[in-house]
Amino acid sequence: MDAGPLLEMHGVHKRFGATLALRGVDLQLQPGQVLALVGENGAGKSTLMNVLSGVYAPDEGSMRLGGQPYRPRGPLDARQAGIAMIHQELSLAPHLSVVDNVLLGAEPRCGPVLQRKEASNRTREALSRVGLPGVEPSRRVDSLSPAQRQLVELARAVATGFRVLVLDEPTSSLGREDVRRLFQLIAELRAQGIGVVYISHFLEEVMEISDRFVVLRDGQSVGEGVTRDAQIPQIVRMMVGREVQDLYPRSARSPGDPVLTIDRLAGRTLPIEATLTLHRGEVVGIAGLIGAGRTELLRSVFRLDAVRSGSVNVAGAAKSPRSPGGMWRAGVGMVSEDRKSEGLMLTRSIAHNCTLSRLRGLGPGGLVRPSLENAAAARWAGALAVRCRSVSQPVNALSGGNQQKIAVARLLHHDADVLLLDEPTRGIDVGSKSQIYALIDQLASGRLGTGGGTRARAILLVSSYLPELLGVCDRIAVMTRGRLGPARPASDWTEHTLMLAATGQEVA
Amino acid sequence: MNGWGFSVRQVVSLAARVGALALVFALFALLVPEGRFVDVRNIENILVQSAVVSAAAIGATLVIIAAGIDLSVGSVVAMTVVVIARILRAAPHDPSALWALLAVLGGVGAGALVGLINGALITSLRIVPFIVTLGTLQIVRGLGKGLAGNAAISAPETWINPMLDSVRQQPWRWIQLPPGVWLVLVLALLTALMLRYTVLGRHIFAIGSNEKTARLCGVSVWRTRLIVYTLAGLFAGVAGVLQFSYIGLGDPTTAVGLELAVIAAVVIGGGSLMGGEGTISGTIIGALIIGVLGAGGVLMGWPKWIQEVMTGGIIVAAVAIDQVRQRATLR
Repeated sequence: MDAGPLLEMHGVHKRFGATLALRGVDLQLQPGQVLALVGENGAGKSTLMNVLSGVYAPDEGSMRLGGQPYRPRGPLDARQAGIAMIHQELSLAPHLSVVDNVLLGAEPRCGPVLQRKEASNRTREALSRVGLPGVEPSRRVDSLSPAQRQLVELARAVATGFRVLVLDEPTSSLGREDVRRLFQLIAELRAQGIGVVYISHFLEEVMEISDRFVVLRDGQSVGEGVTRDAQIPQIVRMMVGREVQDLYPRSARSPGDPVLTIDRLAGRTLPIEATLTLHRGEVVGIAGLIGAGRTELLRSVFRLDAVRSGSVNVAGAAKSPRSPGGMWRAGVGMVSEDRKSEGLMLTRSIAHNCTLSRLRGLGPGGLVRPSLENAAAARWAGALAVRCRSVSQPVNALSGGNQQKIAVARLLHHDADVLLLDEPTRGIDVGSKSQIYALIDQLASGRLGTGGGTRARAILLVSSYLPELLGVCDRIAVMTRGRLGPARPASDWTEHTLMLAATGQEVA
Repeated sequence: MNGWGFSVRQVVSLAARVGALALVFALFALLVPEGRFVDVRNIENILVQSAVVSAAAIGATLVIIAAGIDLSVGSVVAMTVVVIARILRAAPHDPSALWALLAVLGGVGAGALVGLINGALITSLRIVPFIVTLGTLQIVRGLGKGLAGNAAISAPETWINPMLDSVRQQPWRWIQLPPGVWLVLVLALLTALMLRYTVLGRHIFAIGSNEKTARLCGVSVWRTRLIVYTLAGLFAGVAGVLQFSYIGLGDPTTAVGLELAVIAAVVIGGGSLMGGEGTISGTIIGALIIGVLGAGGVLMGWPKWIQEVMTGGIIVAAVAIDQVRQRATLR
């Protein structure tokens, strides 16, 4: 019997407010096929899979599952239709036992009473199918290793049955041996006629496990093919192939003395090793995939995260600061990647958010004069063209782009010499982006007067958006699986070579 | 916004609370016959009755703004009265004014020490404040009883006793209100100024509003928290001094459940248990609303349960109205 495609998506669109996250995605999955979904960070892979698993409803386009029209009304609906999804971040309840997790929401019962024997048997069966026969169903999930937890999650899918399995970055927390076992399991599922969608940044894995691939870029499917016939460089070209716009002003910059020296820095888990020297008057970018340890590097440098070994020295500071407060005092400031949960106090005013790191000097002694504070905040809100009625407005009344400008304004008020910027343009509109790029250029070239005259600043920029890195930075280093590579002049890099380096390929 | 740093939102919020207090007051003024409610003596009585709760609630406001909670308040008050009575009894003859001052400092110091211990446990062991202070609530109550030999101890008369007495018969009646009430008002004013116009005040709001942001911005979260709980203990100690003045005994079983009235005052005053919200003025008004309800109920001859039901209703209503207002002002 000719089965036809198991899953079809056609012309899928998804809009969030003004941004078009998906604009025309087509893909087909046959039974017994492993389809790799590849693309840069932010290309729309997660959104697409959330549409498939019923988290979001598509605005346009159609989906068919097993030949029938498929419009899930929610995640439960999708699960019952036979779509199983294993997320990048595991979604197990750590305090519950394996059996409770595997059968959560599908417990065998007699009226309100859980049938413990039956539950335990079903769990055992599911565990042995995913290659975890040794694990007791009564064990608590938080006593298992990350790899075992992932298999428990898979067992949960197996126990309820599925036709399509979606794996989102399944190997990012696994060791080599566990990856091998996972691939064996995928091969078995394939032999049983299950369709597998495999999302991964690691292209060598894609080459090894997948039958076909689809490339997503800027919310569109831009290429596909048979994996066996493709080459990694060819796939990378499809992933990054876009025009670099002239969004990035670049004045004459003259790198001066070193201001921040990172020497063999290692965090509790990430980074594993990072060495870098940042000079006054330059912008250094750090590229890498999500999970490579870029954010952890910045956090360890700023002492927000624990440091296991290595050192960070700031020019002008007698000894290396050991706390974020010490870093600020030494003239180092940081913008967090997570604006809402860490970067800002959302319910407090613009002024309070701007001035928190440096309240001294806004009044005599330990006092704060609101008039001085407001004047300082108004000055930087004005310089960054923040759209607000007054600086006493709470930050959560502003748009995302304007909120981000407040997070950046804090460093300007502080008059920081070294700026650590973690994804400073994530999730903000193009207008705000270009203003932040212009600001970075002004700071690096010493054209922005703060406090006492103009001087060039040093900027360390983490970004997942390659055109931004290439456009803004003087030098770029790539972080791969916790290790920071050497910083090379930005002109030596292309999106292609950056992507190759980030995915662990040798750069010629 | 003006030079003093008040936003429209804050002014409206304070005005709404003053209005609510006036409304409750007007209600009893109408209900209670023969104008006995608007009588000067009654108003003085309300202020005296509210003084103990208010003093402790000033400290609790700081704790709640910093996204914490302090359940040990009632026990600290009890321990303070016992410490004061013990020190007064230790005087060789009749205790002098200086000796009484020593007793007061000892009592307040004991309160601050408990606060410091609360803060140290919370920051060093990383146990949530609810659990730590639930523990110290029991421990401190027990220690107070032990220190008192498990019975109320009497103490000789000193200047502490008339702190909350009416001054209308005194030669210094020009001060209008009992000195204990003035003490609370001055402390409230100082604390409000501290919250609004000092670096420490900003840091307290910051760790309550978003602790991660505070850390990112270099605020020493543990030090700020230690100061907040120490101040809360100190204010509970002051409340203990006033309580001693009121009951005149070292009674270790006094002020059971006071922490709930204190938290109620802060919440009615606009404090959010999620942190980052709260004002001293609001808290004092909250304490007064509870006080007016109590005094009015007594004059009406209502049984105590009616007062309890009404206080509970006002807590829920105040928070519900705040929620609606906040949603209305955002977007």
